[in-house]
Amino acid sequence: MSRCQDDLLELTADVLVIGGGLAGNWAAAAARRAGASVVLADKGYCGTSGVTATAGPGHWWIPPDPADLRETAIAARRKSGFGLNDAGWMARTLAKTWESLPTLETYKFSKDEKGATQYRALRGPEYMRALRQQSENLGVEILDHCPGLELLQRADGTIGGAQGIRRQAGGRWRVNCGAVILATGGTSFLSRLLGSHTNTGDGYLMAAEAGADFSGMEFTNYYTVAAKGSTMTRSMSYVFATYYDEDGEVIPIPAGLDTSRPLAAALLKGRVYCDLHKTPEDIRAKVPIISPNFLLPFHRWGIDPYRQRFEVTLHGEGTIRGIGGLRITGDNCETSVPGLYAAGDAATRELVAGAISGGGNINSAWALSSGQWAGEGAARFASSVRSRAPGRPIGQAGLQPDSAHTIDLRGALAIVQGEMLAYDRNIFRRGDRLLRTTRLLDDLWKVVSAHALGEGEGILRTRETAAMLATARWSAASALARDESRGMHRREDKPETDPRFAGSIVSGGLDAVWVNSASSQKMELAS
Amino acid sequence: MIAIIVEDRCTNCNACVVVCPTNVLDAGPGIPVIARQLDCQTCFMCELYCPHDAIYVAPDCDHPVTVDAQAIAGSGLLGEFRRLHGWDEWADDPRFTNEHWQMEQVFLRARAMAQAGNM
Repeated sequence: MSRCQDDLLELTADVLVIGGGLAGNWAAAAARRAGASVVLADKGYCGTSGVTATAGPGHWWIPPDPADLRETAIAARRKSGFGLNDAGWMARTLAKTWESLPTLETYKFSKDEKGATQYRALRGPEYMRALRQQSENLGVEILDHCPGLELLQRADGTIGGAQGIRRQAGGRWRVNCGAVILATGGTSFLSRLLGSHTNTGDGYLMAAEAGADFSGMEFTNYYTVAAKGSTMTRSMSYVFATYYDEDGEVIPIPAGLDTSRPLAAALLKGRVYCDLHKTPEDIRAKVPIISPNFLLPFHRWGIDPYRQRFEVTLHGEGTIRGIGGLRITGDNCETSVPGLYAAGDAATRELVAGAISGGGNINSAWALSSGQWAGEGAARFASSVRSRAPGRPIGQAGLQPDSAHTIDLRGALAIVQGEMLAYDRNIFRRGDRLLRTTRLLDDLWKVVSAHALGEGEGILRTRETAAMLATARWSAASALARDESRGMHRREDKPETDPRFAGSIVSGGLDAVWVNSASSQKMELAS
Repeated sequence: MIAIIVEDRCTNCNACVVVCPTNVLDAGPGIPVIARQLDCQTCFMCELYCPHDAIYVAPDCDHPVTVDAQAIAGSGLLGEFRRLHGWDEWADDPRFTNEHWQMEQVFLRARAMAQAGNM
């Protein structure tokens, strides 16, 4: 059912999915298969938006037999996850991924030289095109170029829809529904990370306005190398990289460790250069048909990366290859707000990844699995809610200021980026600096929240800036609260892992950010 | 950032306007207009979806780059990304099969080389 008046496109559905990437499309498919009517709203174009479309996602892919294969992998990941992940969630994710990928009939899977179909690793643009096709085939109504701006809340506190703007068609959209799934991705704070510029934490802000909370937001310090001046954060070819400082001396990179720390240390001293001369010849020949986009910048700049040195930088990944996100409270990826679900990078990935990045494989498997669980759960929730009457819009920052004044959005974003992306602040963390960050961002929030008002096309920029600022505040507060080093979170002033912090750090709040750690309970259990 | 839409290749189909995830382009009276160039996230998706290889995205993501239409048309770079992907009309070309599944083997090779001290 749809009505269109006063330039408002108003739709009714059982389930609304906000975000049309990897998680969003799997969520939409599962909700349709559960019998729900589904609208999917994407900020950009469903098929090219988000970080999957430009990448090449592998999946966590382990056969069910013999059973000890998965058990061994889960035990190993429990160890490397530093106690923050859960064997049950990992087992569910492995099983869901294994059974789901072969059902994707719209993707042309490759075969190896023996003729065996290769389901584990898919190419980003083809994968996203196939997922859009799957959604269309299942009867999902897709709204392209329709960013969501705010959630609609029913009188009983449950979430009953969302509304936003239509960037290309003009006017606004509103969906009144039984349940909402946030599949809005993580945010890199608009670093130049490939494909990430639609991912500005919009879902985090919308959920926080409904009272939802977060987990693992301190894990926002993963970085990926790229040729300076480019977005090309495809990491495969860099496994053969040699890095040089300004004097041409080789920068030693300890084997098997996260390369970003030694590279960041070198970048804080001066320019860093790289070549890929150690790449075996047979692999060089295959790179263009393994990762078709990797060589584009070099080719267009007239550089041979196998023979010539080129300057490199590190692009921050924020919560994208970070771990935190909306806290999950149930098996169907419920958030702490009834009727609101989270999937993919919008949700915390601690349950499967633990305290280290889920990299490509675990994050993709999580997106596919959490999307489907959320889709099933939201469909079930929607069938228990009779009313599809419009709820109350609850967006505040950028939409409902106390008094509107012109706000320098670029300046605000520059401050957020400075705190969340700078190597010295975010990779080499220290308590005193984090404390200063939290105070600075709190002051900035007061101004943005009280006075920012977006109008026309500026409404989206305003909300995006507010969302990144809010996300940065939960991140900094959580990093300060985790008064130790664990997994990817390294504190220069607290280099040891402290058993008191063996649990998750939960955070939330907008006007006043709060943080809770489960450490006190954990200590009782340990004693 | 997107640098140019080559006018004599473009058929005004507006596929690029539709698929651009950051809404950089506007449909024009003739060929699409690069209306919001600074919003371009240099993801190359418009090149992939352009059926006529009419778009050139410069790899520079921090600032716009001016290119000469004739030089680009003669460079062989137009349509390169689409070919490598085996996209649409290239789908059955044996030179451009999807070998993405081999990525895992590349990582394993690198690890083995490192362990053998060859890195």
